[in-house]
Amino acid sequence: MKARLILEDGHVFEGESFGAVHDVISEFVFNTAMTGYVEVLTDPSYAGQSVVMTYPLIGNYGVPLDDQEAAHPFVEAFVVSELSRLGSNFRMNMSLNDYMIENNIPGIQGVDTRAITRILRKEGCMNGMITTKDYKVSEVIDQIKAFKIQGVVEKCSCLEPYHVGQGDYEVALYDFGAKRNIARELAKRGCHVTVLPADTPAQYVIDHNFDGIMLSNGPGDPSECTEIIDQLKILASSSIPIFAICLGHQLLALAHGFETEKMVYGHHGSNHPVKDLTTGRVYISTQNHNYVIKEDTIDPKQAKVWFKNVNDKTIEGLEYLNENIKSIQFHPEACGGPHDAEYLFDNFIEMMGEHKNA
Amino acid sequence: MPKRDDIKKVLVIGSGPIIIGQAAEFDYAGTQACRALREEGIEVVLINSNPATIMTDGDMADHVYIEPLTVPVVKQLIEKEKPDALLPTMGGQNGLNIAMALADEGFLEKHHVKTIGTDTDTIKMAEDRLEFKNLMGRIGEPVAKSVVVNYVEDAIAFAKEIGYPVVVRPAYTLGGTGGGIAHNEQELHEICSNGLRLSRVTECLIEQSIAGWKEVEYEVMRDGAGNCITVCNMENMDPVGVHTGDSIVVAPSQTLSDKDYQMLRSSALNIITALNIKGGCNVQFALNPDSFEYCVIEVNPRVSRSSALASKATGYPIAKLATKIALGYTLDEIVNAVTGKTYASYEPTLDYIVCKIPKWPFDKFYDASRKLGTQMKATGEVMAICNNFEGAFMKALRSLEQDSYYLYNEEIAQLSADELRKDLRKIDDKRAFRIAEALRKGVSIREIHAITKIDVWFIDKIKHLVEIEDRLKSEELTPDLLKLAKHCEFPDRVIASLTGKTADEVYYLRKGLKITAAFKTVDTCAAEFDAETPYFYSVYGGEHEIQPDQSKKKVIVFGSGPIRIGQGIEFDYCCVHSVWALKEAGYETIIVNNNPETASTDFDIADRLYFEPLTAEDVQSIIELEKPDGAIVQFGGQTAIKLSQDLMKMGVPILGTSADSVDAAEDRERFDEILEKCQIDRPKGQNVFTAEEALKAASNLGYPVLVRPSYVLGGAGMEIALNDGDLKRFIDHITSQFNIEDHPILIDKYLAGKECEVDAICDDEGILIPGIMEHVERAGVHSGDSISIYPPQKISQEMKERIVEYSKRLAKALKVKGLMNIQFIVYENEVYVIEVNPRSSRTIPYISKVTGIPLVDVATNVIIGKSIKEQGYDYGLAPEKKTVAVKMPVFSFEKITGAEIALGPEMKSTGEVLGISEDVEEAMYKAFMGTGLDLPKHKKVICTVKDSAKEEFLPIAKEYHDFGYDLYATQGTYDFLQSHGIPARLVNRINDKENTIFDLILTETVDLVIDIPTRNNNLKDGFLIRRFAVEAGVPIYTSLDTARALIHALEAKHDNKISLVDITKL
Repeated sequence: MKARLILEDGHVFEGESFGAVHDVISEFVFNTAMTGYVEVLTDPSYAGQSVVMTYPLIGNYGVPLDDQEAAHPFVEAFVVSELSRLGSNFRMNMSLNDYMIENNIPGIQGVDTRAITRILRKEGCMNGMITTKDYKVSEVIDQIKAFKIQGVVEKCSCLEPYHVGQGDYEVALYDFGAKRNIARELAKRGCHVTVLPADTPAQYVIDHNFDGIMLSNGPGDPSECTEIIDQLKILASSSIPIFAICLGHQLLALAHGFETEKMVYGHHGSNHPVKDLTTGRVYISTQNHNYVIKEDTIDPKQAKVWFKNVNDKTIEGLEYLNENIKSIQFHPEACGGPHDAEYLFDNFIEMMGEHKNA
Repeated sequence: MPKRDDIKKVLVIGSGPIIIGQAAEFDYAGTQACRALREEGIEVVLINSNPATIMTDGDMADHVYIEPLTVPVVKQLIEKEKPDALLPTMGGQNGLNIAMALADEGFLEKHHVKTIGTDTDTIKMAEDRLEFKNLMGRIGEPVAKSVVVNYVEDAIAFAKEIGYPVVVRPAYTLGGTGGGIAHNEQELHEICSNGLRLSRVTECLIEQSIAGWKEVEYEVMRDGAGNCITVCNMENMDPVGVHTGDSIVVAPSQTLSDKDYQMLRSSALNIITALNIKGGCNVQFALNPDSFEYCVIEVNPRVSRSSALASKATGYPIAKLATKIALGYTLDEIVNAVTGKTYASYEPTLDYIVCKIPKWPFDKFYDASRKLGTQMKATGEVMAICNNFEGAFMKALRSLEQDSYYLYNEEIAQLSADELRKDLRKIDDKRAFRIAEALRKGVSIREIHAITKIDVWFIDKIKHLVEIEDRLKSEELTPDLLKLAKHCEFPDRVIASLTGKTADEVYYLRKGLKITAAFKTVDTCAAEFDAETPYFYSVYGGEHEIQPDQSKKKVIVFGSGPIRIGQGIEFDYCCVHSVWALKEAGYETIIVNNNPETASTDFDIADRLYFEPLTAEDVQSIIELEKPDGAIVQFGGQTAIKLSQDLMKMGVPILGTSADSVDAAEDRERFDEILEKCQIDRPKGQNVFTAEEALKAASNLGYPVLVRPSYVLGGAGMEIALNDGDLKRFIDHITSQFNIEDHPILIDKYLAGKECEVDAICDDEGILIPGIMEHVERAGVHSGDSISIYPPQKISQEMKERIVEYSKRLAKALKVKGLMNIQFIVYENEVYVIEVNPRSSRTIPYISKVTGIPLVDVATNVIIGKSIKEQGYDYGLAPEKKTVAVKMPVFSFEKITGAEIALGPEMKSTGEVLGISEDVEEAMYKAFMGTGLDLPKHKKVICTVKDSAKEEFLPIAKEYHDFGYDLYATQGTYDFLQSHGIPARLVNRINDKENTIFDLILTETVDLVIDIPTRNNNLKDGFLIRRFAVEAGVPIYTSLDTARALIHALEAKHDNKISLVDITKL
């Protein structure tokens, strides 16, 4: 079946439909990772967004369900150049097409993903629509333009607390749309992780004697999450070690009075170099964010820059000076992507250890 | 970290002659290294014995030595030039081995030479099997169960313990020389004893066979601060068991999930960190297709064929960055030249797929075994880029220039499904064709996978191609079907033949439907950043993103495709120089080529690089976009010349010699007319189409006669027939290989004279001949396989003058503009012309270097309208230099099982070395040294000489004897020598019980074998002796002329010091 991608700037790409068949209006971003499409599909940070994969052959190894980073996909729709007609991998449970049908995610293939990427790079990420219907562009363009990602953190977060792993460290993991591997990496390091809904009050955490707090990744505009930011202000002054990833990192910055801004097309991929300014070492990281902390709003009395992106020099990590808090913009939990930054989980364990012994 | 300031002068070691396993990739890497060093203001000393390289150009380094790559020579060079540092990782295994030997002896330390980049301790750890295995054990990286042995018995004991099959890998050899898979004790005995002999340290690794696992490679970089990145990973379509150089390879990996990919990536980074690599490194893995189990196969702590491929596949210049790292820079300090925005501490991401297919020499060695295993056999490779696998594969397939435009082979098509099932077990160069045929005949993907272990993903892709063929054959050619076929890169000619149309009809049909190629950029970042790299590839069905620049005059230069016997790196040298000369003259330059190993496909050589197949259709898409003012075809060998007619049809002016002149030189009758007009003789001959005509022609001319198909390269299919029987056999062979309806067979009278050749630059006024080259071997040995000497030693002034005069006449008659190569025979004080090629030749680089006349640059300027005189050169023969240069061929026979090594009119050498000296004998000796010869050692020589050559052999034998050699001879030769008063010892032929040639060779005390075979007899005996010698690593010469040259050279060798010639000072 023919399908079309209509971008808000009027570009139209015609291709073949795959996966589920229904209209989607969302923001469109591109992801440059060559592997890890299952992880991309199921990364809750993509809530409200459709993803264009720049690597042209997708579905080559089918879907190993173990690779899901959440219980189901969060990507609104998937845009690929070529959907592999046969998947091959010893762990594959089903084809990508079947997986998308089962999870009601539409896809479009046979489009020039490089051309779309070039538009998004130049114009910035924008809204678009995937449809198999014969709408005139003029009929739907206003509707497309009107779309705004809103209230996505609540949609992604768990509703009830639950536990992962066992061990000496009691970790509160705020779930703003957490990728599963964050909890797994903590559990691997001897943590008993309590995954908490995004709206969990700070007092709950303080009352329950956690050794550390991990703030997860998540979708959307951080400045929207005013209630969470208020709770983080309380937690920040609690002396419990805090480690924050991605959205968590942005929310903490906002809680300290720094500002965030939307990037032109964001960072979405597995090859972003980040430099640890204290050691000079460069790590290749997985990234997935459209917002970034404005460097000139960081109060040098409160925090110093820990990591920077080697390419565009944007802020990739902060170390808070008077508090036991560290935060990073990229994804040490990888999945997909390189595991170079895994050591940061060890770093967090050390923070908790020191705090416990103090 | 800033650049270290303790290094002002660096020695770079090149890789030497092109051999199988060590090809043009090291010229590409070495050239990048030299440029990167000089960019930093470093004084560069370069040594490489290979004159056909860009890196040995006078302006690539401050001091260039084309000298034998041996430890004593490099020592002498270090004493002379006193460099601060040595960069050991650019010259392949050869360069590495020399650096290691120098370090081991303490020579480097003594002379205060630091190794920069990856240091010798690391190299040792990575290269030494046992140390590497121990290190892997320490850092928890799995390797296959293995044992290092120095004796065959230990290998057998180990195999008994872990079970067969086992893999044998000799330590410190090139391209896995001597390795193999043994399925039983007998095979193990055979392979292991051979491997031990070939190993520099008499050491083999015997390991558990992981045949059938996925083979995956990672190209990684690490800097001195410990930052690591992956440039690219690659997956071999052929599972473990086939040498990666002989595998079809794709980048990036296709069947690995992110978990698999990251597991191996982490392992690769873990390994290079533990090894303390400072530069580029290649890590090869075997991955169990049914689990996360993997093992590390090997690590190459240097640039390699794979790093060249990865550089071209991604646009990330590994050699250049490895050099910068060696100077102390860290990855995050080096800007990515492709984007100009990102840094080298960045992992390239691809938004296309790259497919590499090896180019094998089986068309040259048609008797050789085509079986592929752990011993690499390919001489070169092609790469193609597309946005789908099918397309990349189809493009690569036609880039091989094997007349295969899709996966169809007439012979294989005759096989039944059952026969195919059986044949699918064969692992050779035709495997993909058999898979396609099996799919056509209904064999299932699963079944093919069960037999071949090739991942079903790849087999399904081939199935898709077969399905499209099928639809083209059976359905109406709708726009959608045509679009699909073009998307998967079916060439028009294939679509035409499958649909019963003509190629032109298909072309106009798709033009009408606007189904045309669109060009995309290789930018390292999948369009995430705005890159300005001028590096392009085509796809069907997509946006066209290139704006051609029409402001300047624009010339397109066609490259020479994959490295193969007969068309090697020298043509790439010519293309690169032509581009440089054009740029210098203010032209916008475009290069089209498909060889990932070469300098010409470095994206900063031409203004624009199109990485595309060199077929008329692919070229036309580029022409239609770029609309160049002209095309130059004379530098890209036969590959480019072949495009001439089509380019003319497209309306592209061919700059320089016209296609018509090329035709006049190659068309027998037209050429005869020209010779007649010029009053030049050639050996008499005739064109024939049938065996009967051939026999008649031969009886008219009188035997011996030279037989060859017209329009061939490097003497393909050329033979000397002594009688009717020979002739019939050759004609049969030629007709089975070539379509003689288009191109007839040539029968010439064979003249056993002295062969000479010239390269000339021709303009409208006259010609410039930088020098005449004289061949050591008599006519009948292909010029590419002959030792060639400049200036000539045995040609009289009168003959030289006639050669110059004839060259002038021919240039004028053929209206040559640019380069021309002419081969002459001087026979009984007469000069005969054998062949004229109005294009560049394989001698251009070397003659340019020794005469100081940059032939390609001058010729290019002639082509664009600047006369020779205007360029400051005189017409005629340039004054002879005092320096003598001897070009000597180098062969890779030991790697091609079953190949006949006796020299003849068909070219067999893979590369060449140069010996330069003011003394001709020393130049000769240096050339022999350069080929790897280290004589005399034991002063024993085996002689077996055919009857007709015995008389001539006598004085040569006497010289060997007088020099102190013991002569071992087979019966006939023995009798002859004895009866003429030359002492000899009898050695038995191979079928005898004892004291055979085999026994003698096996004792390893023989310096060389002189075997002058009877041409074209079917005696297996002589063939086996030759093979045995080659495989045992004993030098063997099959021409008396070579044997004579060698003994003269040995006599002239006085002590261990040789003169070192810096060619920049010539």
